[in-house]
Amino acid sequence: MELVSLIIIFVLALFIGYEIITKVPPTLHTPLMSGSNAISGVVIVGAIIISSNTHSLFATIFSVIGIILATINVVGGFLVTDRMLAMFKKSKK
Amino acid sequence: MIDISSNVENILYLISAALFIIGIKRLASPATARTGNRLSAIAMLIAIVITVVKYTETNIEWIIVGLIIGAFIGVILSKYVQMTAMPQLVAIFNSFGGAASAIVAMYAVMYPSGPESTTFILASVAFATIVGSITLTGSFIAFGKLQEVISTKPLLLPIRNFINIVLLISILVFSVLLCLPETSDVSYLYIIVGLSLVVGILIVIPIGGADMPVVVALLNSYSGIAGAGAGFVLGNPVLIISGSLVGASGLILTRIMTKAMNRSLLNVMLGGFGAEEGSSGSNEEETRPVTSLTSEDAAMILGYAESVIFVPGYGLAVAQAQHQINELSGLLKEKGISVKFAIHPVAGRMPGHMNVLLAEANVPYDELKDLDEINSEFERTDVAVVVGANDVTNPSARTDTSSPIYGMPILNVDKAKSVIVLKRSMASGFSGVQNELFLLDKTNMLFGDAKDSVEGMVKEVRDLD
Repeated sequence: MELVSLIIIFVLALFIGYEIITKVPPTLHTPLMSGSNAISGVVIVGAIIISSNTHSLFATIFSVIGIILATINVVGGFLVTDRMLAMFKKSKK
Repeated sequence: MIDISSNVENILYLISAALFIIGIKRLASPATARTGNRLSAIAMLIAIVITVVKYTETNIEWIIVGLIIGAFIGVILSKYVQMTAMPQLVAIFNSFGGAASAIVAMYAVMYPSGPESTTFILASVAFATIVGSITLTGSFIAFGKLQEVISTKPLLLPIRNFINIVLLISILVFSVLLCLPETSDVSYLYIIVGLSLVVGILIVIPIGGADMPVVVALLNSYSGIAGAGAGFVLGNPVLIISGSLVGASGLILTRIMTKAMNRSLLNVMLGGFGAEEGSSGSNEEETRPVTSLTSEDAAMILGYAESVIFVPGYGLAVAQAQHQINELSGLLKEKGISVKFAIHPVAGRMPGHMNVLLAEANVPYDELKDLDEINSEFERTDVAVVVGANDVTNPSARTDTSSPIYGMPILNVDKAKSVIVLKRSMASGFSGVQNELFLLDKTNMLFGDAKDSVEGMVKEVRDLD
């Protein structure tokens, strides 16, 4: 993609991020952190792209370490967030 | 590898990014949050599947092995972590995320696939590598401090600010050398990584254990920003969008936390808070008289109240008294007493931590009130019960301009008609300041382990009828 469009995307995403995240209530700030943490693991996409284009053993190992770390982040982050959110219950009236 | 046109690819990435945004938006209420998180997970799956299908050519078996190993470790970590250890887990995840972003960015320079990288790409590589590496080691130190493997006391090196400035300037110089076409060389990248890893350690090590919530929130933001940087390197929009969402989220939470502590971010980052406090206030024995009572007396007071607010602090979690407090609150509700929980933003070890701990003990989320919601209610409340909280209830933060915590937003516990404080001893809190609340006439101290005290109250309240 063109450089300018990438920068436009970046700036607009920051604004959207600010808008939606200020609406998250304090009671959910921990799940927000672990959940957004899982989302930042989307760099897994980058790790897969680089892993598919390696020509030496070291390059392969280096990029697969990237995949492993990002996958821990993604899988662990979403699962632990789900575990936490399952505990939030409304009072029975 | 399947030939997907880049238009189709980008539209699928757009769908994935949109689902991330909807997913976070649903975190606006505990009722919709769980489906929101699942939407985000689906979005991630879409992004991963497109990428594997479009790009993998030769190394598919390695990629699958990597995914399986990572998923296995992720499942284990998320399944067995204790809720009290959540800040450590988030710190370690940040660390991995930062490292992955740095690896992806560095790869573009170490093993260039296409034509010469442009200066912009090289600058993005340097940026993502620096932020990613700082996140890696900084989060690791934060993890160590939260887990108490490393001393939680701030470690203050002499001339540390000078060292940091020299390191940061060197990083900047090598980044410029890397980016300029005439001088560009991969060895500069290795120097940048090395220096950034050291900076990550040095900036977190002087920060005290009590300030870790701010650090974890800030590093969370860094891990997102590093991801966005890697997105620029690869020209990948979904990385940029989700990276900036996480970056914004971490920054907002950092600001909320520093506000709640009445500190500036710079003040937290310069570190040392709590390093010298031991000598000032906390060693002084409190000689003024306080009123203490037994759990039986406390139960009597609660039993005849119409409204009760519990004020939990981290001491509650340390004593593992969450379940007992829920039991007590249930008994009081059965008697028709209104019960609420007042939660200060820094009550736990990370933003919102106390809410998770209480939710785990089955306290309904609609009874958990934050500072702004609850503060006007204290004056209409019969009894406020403070469990393991200290500085956040100290009324001198409102009035005493000489106090180190002056100006910090506090819970107005002193406005309640009567106050019961559960505490181990008269020792002061993190700030090292004695709490004026404990000396008020309407305050009764119930000394002892929080769990035992609450258990005692549960038993006595049961016996009331």
